[in-house]
Amino acid sequence: MSRVEKIFQDCRAQGRAALVGYLPAGYPTVDGSVELLSAMVEGGCDLLEVGVPYSDPVMDGPTIQAAADTALRAGFRLRDVFAVVERVSAAGGRAVVMTYFNPVLRYGVDAFARDLAAAGGLGVITPDLIPDEAGEWIEASDAHGLDRTFLVAPSSSEERIASTARAARGFLYATSTMGVTGARDAVASAAPALVERCRRHTSLPIGVGLGVRSAEQAAEVAAFADGVIVGSAFVTAAERAGADGVRDLAAELAGGARRGAPASAATGA
Amino acid sequence: MDVKASDGVAHPSEHDPDEGGHFGRYGGRFVPEALIAALDELTVFYQKARADPEFLDELDRLHRDYTGRPSPLTDAPKLGEHAGGARILLKREDLNHTGSHKINNVLGQALLTKRMGKKRVIAETGAGQHGVATATACALMGLECVIYMGEVDTERQALNVARMRLLGATVIPVKSGSRTLKDAINEALRDWVTNVDETHYLLGTVAGPHPFPAMVRDFHRVIGMEARAQVLDRVGRLPDAVAACVGGGSNAIGIFHAFLDDPGVRLVGYEPGGDGVETGRHGATLSEGSPGALHGAMSYLLQDEDGQTAESHSISAGLDYPGVGPEHALLKDLGRAEYSPVTDAEAMEAFALLCRTEGIIPAIESAHAIAGALRLGRELGPDAVILVNLSGRGDKDVDTAARWFGMVEGESAAEASGTAIAEADLSGRSPAQDEPSPAGADTGAVQR
Repeated sequence: MSRVEKIFQDCRAQGRAALVGYLPAGYPTVDGSVELLSAMVEGGCDLLEVGVPYSDPVMDGPTIQAAADTALRAGFRLRDVFAVVERVSAAGGRAVVMTYFNPVLRYGVDAFARDLAAAGGLGVITPDLIPDEAGEWIEASDAHGLDRTFLVAPSSSEERIASTARAARGFLYATSTMGVTGARDAVASAAPALVERCRRHTSLPIGVGLGVRSAEQAAEVAAFADGVIVGSAFVTAAERAGADGVRDLAAELAGGARRGAPASAATGA
Repeated sequence: MDVKASDGVAHPSEHDPDEGGHFGRYGGRFVPEALIAALDELTVFYQKARADPEFLDELDRLHRDYTGRPSPLTDAPKLGEHAGGARILLKREDLNHTGSHKINNVLGQALLTKRMGKKRVIAETGAGQHGVATATACALMGLECVIYMGEVDTERQALNVARMRLLGATVIPVKSGSRTLKDAINEALRDWVTNVDETHYLLGTVAGPHPFPAMVRDFHRVIGMEARAQVLDRVGRLPDAVAACVGGGSNAIGIFHAFLDDPGVRLVGYEPGGDGVETGRHGATLSEGSPGALHGAMSYLLQDEDGQTAESHSISAGLDYPGVGPEHALLKDLGRAEYSPVTDAEAMEAFALLCRTEGIIPAIESAHAIAGALRLGRELGPDAVILVNLSGRGDKDVDTAARWFGMVEGESAAEASGTAIAEADLSGRSPAQDEPSPAGADTGAVQR
């Protein structure tokens, strides 16, 4: 079993959904992001999504766009992401990288996989890379033992969910709604149905993201998914209250992810 | 002339991409999964429509009665005197309704939008020409229209912003990133991924994810098909070279395509050289860029060593883009087309020259192609026949040009972006004519 999948399994065995927390590397600085990500682990994040700041983040709403911009202005370089992953892993965190594909292409797909694996990274989430275009990435991630998470959306056909799940390893990322990242007041009603459809095609753990910001929403998601993915809310918490802010938010969300998980999951493990 | 506006749509090209939209290693779909269903739907509707006589007839009717096709071919002999005596023929896409070639694609996609049962259209625009064309088609067909435009561009193309609003469109100035075309596309993609059920993204160039590069090209193939027939009819032979400006590359691919299988015809695309490629302030993606994925397709792009998109710079808002259509990337690699930068200064000199010699005010975008034709003429000599795609008219650029040439009251030439046109240089041979005209050199009358 892949290392990322194992994290989800362990959480399930403890009767809860995994909490996956996102923050851009280099935000607000490289050192600052290590501190924030470490605090997220302390607060209860089971898996970290270390983001690569990118100039044209078309899947991201204003909060993460602004954070990426801050990181780039502060001088973030792509190689810094390996240092961040290495340092948070040394501090006890488990990390995958979330990146748009062009920085990986430019670095060299195989070289990126090699250097991330060497830094202790467990895998990569690619929001703008579909399996149809991922031949080189699938080869490189196999060669270097990295998990690869592709996204599915409410608009995905049955065929695409099936083929995407087949290409993925570690976990599948289900976007709760049609749209970009950003905290929302309600988790879209499309999410449970999407997860249900995914279950028909795969035994991979399924994480749900886009729009989760509160313990209530985390509990709601934990009731039907294996992982609760939170991004913009962590950025906002970091802006407001730094490491304490993200630690507290992680603790709150972890509570929700524990409370919301169906009892059967706990007993069944 | 027996070319129909719909011919490029009805008859599949010999140079189509593979099923996944790949032109060699370029093209494809580098987009979030959430958009795949909409792209598949668009592909299916386009394939059905292009085989449906009703769709083709409607497109032909609109282009005849509304756009004003076929667009004429104009001999430009006085301009030719400045181009080593070569015969320059202008394909007058500037005379289309809305003032540019953009309407060719827009009417086709607007008809598809109706077929798909979608009520809302979004689009990006740089110079505003695609935005105006889209707003026009939406007004005509009763569709809601939202245009994303970089804030910098809303300022330098204020006239087109007013035109779009008069036509009933909502214009949203985009304040992120470089606040130009690239960022307008980002914002349009974010809107699309959020509202894809009821919204069609009417992409304005031959870039983006499959099927846009091939489909938009097909809607523009009429330019080259008409021009090829017109040149044969007028001159009795094919041109020696075809010149077009390249930002995203839609007008260039539209005119090039009819000549791809004519090996004797040189195809040359002129990219925005801005302040000169050596300054780093330019938008010459094919000349200076490298392969990468941006806005849904693999192609050439301007990027730094970390794969962050570089900001482009050009006096021309419509060419100010760090990416380019994937088919151009393939044509470059194959050597079938050549691409070369033209600086702001060289383009503005050509702009002024066309105004004074032929009584035609071109779009600044198209002035890059005119500058290219001047170079080609000097290279090829007086027997050469050069076809130029005059892709748009310059009404929208009057303000920019007036400032460049120091014609604005109360602004001295030094305060303005350039100095006055030296009349002497336009009355006869251009000083530039005697020079090898290297890219990036400030030649002749106009200097920054």
